[in-house]
Amino acid sequence: MKKAVAFTALAGVAALALSACGAAPEEEPAGGETSASVTSDVLSCMVSDAGGFDDKSFNQLGFEGLQAAAATLGSEYKQVESASESDYQANIESLVSEGCDTIVTVGFALSAATVESALANPDLSYVLIDDAADNDFDGAIDAPNIKPLLYDTAQAAFLAGYLAAGYSEAGKVGTFGGQPYPTVTIFMDGFKQGVEYYNSEKGTAVEVVGWDGTDGSFTGGFDANETAKTTAKNIIDQGVDVILPVGGPIYQSAIAAIEDSGREIALVGVDADFFETDPTTQDIVLTSILKGIDVSTEEAVTAAGEGSFDPTPYVGTLENGGVDLGPLHNFEDKVDPALVEEVAALKDAIIAGDVEVKSYLAE
Amino acid sequence: MTAGPDTEHEPTEGRWATALREIVRGRWTVSVGAVVLAILAGSIMIAFTDERVQEASVYLFARPGDTFTAIGQAVGGAYSALFRGAVYNLRAEDFAGAVRPLTQTLNYATPLIAAGLGVALAFRAGLFNIGGQGQMLMAASAAGWVGFGVDGLPFPLHLLLAIVAALAAGALWAGIAGLLKARTGAHEVIVTIMLNYVAFYLLSYMLATPGLLQAPGSSNPKTPPTPESAQLPSLLGDRFNLTWGLVLSLVAVVVVWWLLNRSSLGFAFRTVGENPRAARVAGINVPRTTVTVMLVAGALVGLAGATQVLGAVTTGFSSDIDAGIGFDAITVALLGGSNPWGVLAAGILFGAFKAGGSTMQASEGIPDEIVLVVQSLIVLFIAAPPLVRAIFRLPAPGARKRPEAAGRRRAAKAAEAADKKEVGA
Repeated sequence: MKKAVAFTALAGVAALALSACGAAPEEEPAGGETSASVTSDVLSCMVSDAGGFDDKSFNQLGFEGLQAAAATLGSEYKQVESASESDYQANIESLVSEGCDTIVTVGFALSAATVESALANPDLSYVLIDDAADNDFDGAIDAPNIKPLLYDTAQAAFLAGYLAAGYSEAGKVGTFGGQPYPTVTIFMDGFKQGVEYYNSEKGTAVEVVGWDGTDGSFTGGFDANETAKTTAKNIIDQGVDVILPVGGPIYQSAIAAIEDSGREIALVGVDADFFETDPTTQDIVLTSILKGIDVSTEEAVTAAGEGSFDPTPYVGTLENGGVDLGPLHNFEDKVDPALVEEVAALKDAIIAGDVEVKSYLAE
Repeated sequence: MTAGPDTEHEPTEGRWATALREIVRGRWTVSVGAVVLAILAGSIMIAFTDERVQEASVYLFARPGDTFTAIGQAVGGAYSALFRGAVYNLRAEDFAGAVRPLTQTLNYATPLIAAGLGVALAFRAGLFNIGGQGQMLMAASAAGWVGFGVDGLPFPLHLLLAIVAALAAGALWAGIAGLLKARTGAHEVIVTIMLNYVAFYLLSYMLATPGLLQAPGSSNPKTPPTPESAQLPSLLGDRFNLTWGLVLSLVAVVVVWWLLNRSSLGFAFRTVGENPRAARVAGINVPRTTVTVMLVAGALVGLAGATQVLGAVTTGFSSDIDAGIGFDAITVALLGGSNPWGVLAAGILFGAFKAGGSTMQASEGIPDEIVLVVQSLIVLFIAAPPLVRAIFRLPAPGARKRPEAAGRRRAAKAAEAADKKEVGA
């Protein structure tokens, strides 16, 4: 026993010695590396919600936007991850005391804490992703130095619904969400409107399972767990051949349910292009409803860093490219080219205002 | 109550009870040792995960100085950030700004102390209260509901009513577990864990249903803010977040100390905890004591829920208002040796970890996980007192041998006497 331990230790030391034999780099002047790439002294910072910076959704996309903005500005950035809602206020506060100039926060959960900090620090700029910063519901932003970033994803989901209805051979498409938050249901509602528009144009009767306009199927959380899989299975069992799961990682449960069903069912992605962000989905992802959180965060943070911070709320639409429908990738051959053209024409019609998409963000 | 002849034999219970007692009644030296060891282990993790250390270690033998400088900077930076975020900010412009981190620590410590007392009290009566989360959520719901559901009450009354509602809800939720244990023998660990789920989903439902806890005019699962008449007033003025909730927690420490060491009820709690069969022989109504313990423990955890909603998060809360405090409280109770003063110290230490963790992330880019690892290691080392004693060469406590069945009652009494001495010292 002792011998074995000694031998393992020896092997470990040897491995360490081998890997540690590299040549030392030339001596650098004190503080060389970091100060070389940093040309701006603005500090951009971000607080995540409990989902963390690797949530494959708004925390992650917002953080990528922050990093890109810091690269453009040549500045440093700092980030703090929250474990629960009692951390929000303290985390924003510790970024303020670290000397941050711009602070990015995400979601309705951080909204109140952001407003509180913004009112206490009128010199700083705040960017709030996916929430209007209106906690007293009077229709106005609660602090003059918060820029809300909002996304009218119903417009892109409308296109996805139209495409799905045209693609579906079963005449049934499905959707389900994590929890009935407005930022979730806006996808489902746009999707349903798109299907209905297809029906009224073509005289078909494609059905939407999982969302009736006011209520629908929800997993009760944003975890890829058995509940999410069962929810997906229930939708699939009703005979749909296109499914739209809305809410972070729950699409993984939908994929598992699709595999179990043994049928050919196409998945519609949300937030980012699933084909790129999760290559395992490449064979089943019809298209993705894109939400340009990264780009708009980058723009807002860069503007703030350059001293041209504009607190006017940003609303991502098809027109400004803040939301969009992703490419078809592997499904290009499977979708009728005429349908693709119709979707493109529909996009123009929505931008021109000829076709109206209803959502809580559309005036 | 008359005690019948003892016919049941549960050979495992004795062993588990002994293990539990040894864990929760470890000496304070073991607690301090565990903290020191955990911080050392944390340093190693910080050093290994630091990028500059990784870069320098590639040429460790060519220029070892670089690696050690990098390690020093990483570890020193981390713990100085912890100190700056939790105790005293040397970089602040004025004194108020400098002590602000300390108030933040006490702010985080407030619910941890209260909930830690709830868990510790149950420990002393031999009950594992894993239901802190559920008890906190129910207490928070009650406090919130009274807070924004009841209109027109003036300030101190409204606050008082909200606190009482929270204590009652926490007590009720824990009381269910106590009653089931007393009446049917259902194990409190399982019952309290299940009640956590019930409370969580109940709160989620109430948050998503208009007219219950959801803020009117919103469709997000979040409550309206707590009105000012139900908020705990601030303790040190508006510049600090610290509220009178801390005072409530401190009062709770004294009350629990008095209860455990100076009251006959507390004597019954401890006797049942030491040896339920002996307690029964001595004429203590064990089932009733079990229910009472859980009621009091639940009320203490409920106080933590109240300070969260009425003091810490007054802008409206959602279903993670418990912030993991229900589980952290178990650690706090273990670290504090299930003694009220120990819980107070452990609660402040954990509050410091929480407050400093934020600054560690913000200024040094150390992931929050490291702080959590240090916390978890503390529990691990506390659960293994012989390991800590071996490392620090502490003497093993002498009178730890468990005498066999015949001598149990005498041993229990001896332990009581030893307790009294400890407290008196």
